[in-house]
Amino acid sequence: MQIYRSHILVCGGTGCVSGGSKDVIDEFQKELERRKLDKEVLVVHTGCHGMCELGPIVVVYPEGTFYCRVQKTDVAELVEEHIYKGRPVSRLMYAGSEEMPVVPHYKEIPFYSKQERIALANCGYINPDNIDEYIARRGYEGLGKVLSGMTPAQVIDEMKASGLRGRGGAGFPTGLKWSFCAASKGDKKYVICNADEGDPGAFMDRSILEGDPHCVIEGMMIGAYAMGADEGYIYCRAEYPLAIQRLKTAIAQAEEYGLLGQNIMGTDFSFTVHIKEGAGAFVCGEETALMASIEGRRGMPRPRPPFPANSGLWEKPSNINNVETWANVPRIMVNGAEWYSSMGTDKSKGTKVFALTGKVKHTGLVEVPMGITLREIIFDIGGGILDDKKFKAVQIGGPSGGCLTEDHLDAKVSYESLTALGAIMGSGGLVVMDETTCMVDVAKFFLTFVQKESCGKCPFCRIGTKRMLEILERITAGEGKMEDLDTLEQLALMVRTGSLCGLGQTAPNPVLTTLKYFRDEYVAHIKDKKCPAGACTALVKYSIDPAVCIGCTKCARNCPASCIAGEVKKPHVIDSEKCIRCGNCKEVCPVGAVSVE
Amino acid sequence: MAFSVEEVREKTREIVQPWKTGKGGLIPILQKVQETVGYLPEESLVTISREMKIPLSEIYGVATFYAQFHLTPRGRHIVRVCRGTACHVRGSLKIIDSVKKMLHVEENGTTEDLRFTLEPVACLGACGLAPVMMVDSQTFGRLTPDKVKGILDTFE
Repeated sequence: MQIYRSHILVCGGTGCVSGGSKDVIDEFQKELERRKLDKEVLVVHTGCHGMCELGPIVVVYPEGTFYCRVQKTDVAELVEEHIYKGRPVSRLMYAGSEEMPVVPHYKEIPFYSKQERIALANCGYINPDNIDEYIARRGYEGLGKVLSGMTPAQVIDEMKASGLRGRGGAGFPTGLKWSFCAASKGDKKYVICNADEGDPGAFMDRSILEGDPHCVIEGMMIGAYAMGADEGYIYCRAEYPLAIQRLKTAIAQAEEYGLLGQNIMGTDFSFTVHIKEGAGAFVCGEETALMASIEGRRGMPRPRPPFPANSGLWEKPSNINNVETWANVPRIMVNGAEWYSSMGTDKSKGTKVFALTGKVKHTGLVEVPMGITLREIIFDIGGGILDDKKFKAVQIGGPSGGCLTEDHLDAKVSYESLTALGAIMGSGGLVVMDETTCMVDVAKFFLTFVQKESCGKCPFCRIGTKRMLEILERITAGEGKMEDLDTLEQLALMVRTGSLCGLGQTAPNPVLTTLKYFRDEYVAHIKDKKCPAGACTALVKYSIDPAVCIGCTKCARNCPASCIAGEVKKPHVIDSEKCIRCGNCKEVCPVGAVSVE
Repeated sequence: MAFSVEEVREKTREIVQPWKTGKGGLIPILQKVQETVGYLPEESLVTISREMKIPLSEIYGVATFYAQFHLTPRGRHIVRVCRGTACHVRGSLKIIDSVKKMLHVEENGTTEDLRFTLEPVACLGACGLAPVMMVDSQTFGRLTPDKVKGILDTFE
């Protein structure tokens, strides 16, 4: 095996690839070859580092020096200075606080120092297309341990003891779920990986599949052994082409090594796995709908029981878990249930990956122990609000979740605490909103989403969400009535009780939580015909402060409706009648003379 | 990618072949047909129905249930503008508006020269880069309305 003195890790997650990381890799390769360093230094493309905001990300080991926003043109300097002369380039390092203007090392960056990476342990650390790197990081050791010395019942007991709960949203104890399927009688059983990550604002599953595909496959195999299954399906969104490609490579490599197929590791255990590409339906994230989709039918949920553990895919006993859940399994088997359950809270053990997005400084993926507060996630790890605006709310749990406020920031994150506040853990999307985000608009946004994605089976969900959406559209257009708020609440409760699956049951959550915590904003839209955040275009008015305007004509030139008049170097005026409220003028004004109310 | 009716039937038959003995083939078949032909023409659906012995009504049901399937021709390049939460709060409406204006199409519309189809999508999962759009399989992040034209111009 070739030994290298240094490794250059370049992030190959979707975020960094779109920022040009492929060119950066090629350039490193060229530059190293030119300087004849290519036998000493290895360039590795890795999965997502999580800090997508600062991509493309490059980490140089053994030092662990962290470089961000690296472009092709920076490569020559990095090789010359860091690799050749051993002088790290501070220009490209993470810019920290005043006391520490540049932060050279990965682990010292606040974004990473509070994290506990288990599901994401290998993401950004290994080349996902190389099974040897996974094995070198104790990959397939959990499977080996299970196959060589544990009975299926022992595996399930270990899972129960770990306290791992389903990371897809509902938080059902994984070990218990497995025990149902294990107890179910049948000659054929299936294990399924739900990679139909559809929640807007969540991308942890994609990053795991792209950055560490083998851990999901290994998790499924351990589950299959425990439950007596010999075939698995990974149902992945077609919107994730890179994840599908990396999974295919991983499966082929595992087959080549004899880790997938017949008589694995010389035992009686055999397992094959297939990838199914989703076809674009949010509701397919629901387990019975997902199975219908694998079977080639319309992905509509069906009543339970029978539960999939008894009659699932093709009416055979089946067990379905989400990507993040499966990714935790090998690590639990290697390190033991006691280790895993030592993290987290009383009832929510271990860690959870959150996708931190929206108006926060450092967007990206973070994995933290359960029990951490929202404030720590948003302000310590996420660095606070973008442009130092004021925090207003955080939407947690996707379309099924809710919006929480300043008052809830110190709540400890666990399945129970979030449910008690009216939100849910969901898949772990955290969308941060500031003072310029209108909460009525946010509720409308989510309802538009669930309305479109409702499969149409249950009338309450199909028609109820439609009526609710119409009311919200009226309110944001300035035509709402106070009694609309009662109607909204009534409809919300009906949709919640009258729907079969999680999509319908939770669809009203964003409306209910915003009504509960931001009722004054609804009232402002209805009574004062005003949008306090200045986001609902029908209710805002743009104007130019003549005392501030310098008459640079920039706004007039950028106005698509040509409704700004004024001479050079003299204050300009907006014609409100013609204004289409696009906000261009406010964006381009160099002196901030345009105000919106 | 314009095929004659006979070619479409022939291609469909080829795609169906390996699935005739297995199960759960309908969605992969439809995906493959759409990838090859560009959309799902009626002749394809009829051919699948005959070959697979699945009622045409059921195939139509599946084809219209999933957002991915299209029964009318589409552009050479698919522009997917993300309408997810993170992108929404970072201004994706303005991005989609500028695409609409540039291409003179509505949402889910195709330009007359079949160059582009505009599709709003629920979430591309690149929330760290919001607002985001994808052209074919390339992702573009941290967009502003004025960046859109430069990106679209590179696709012929």
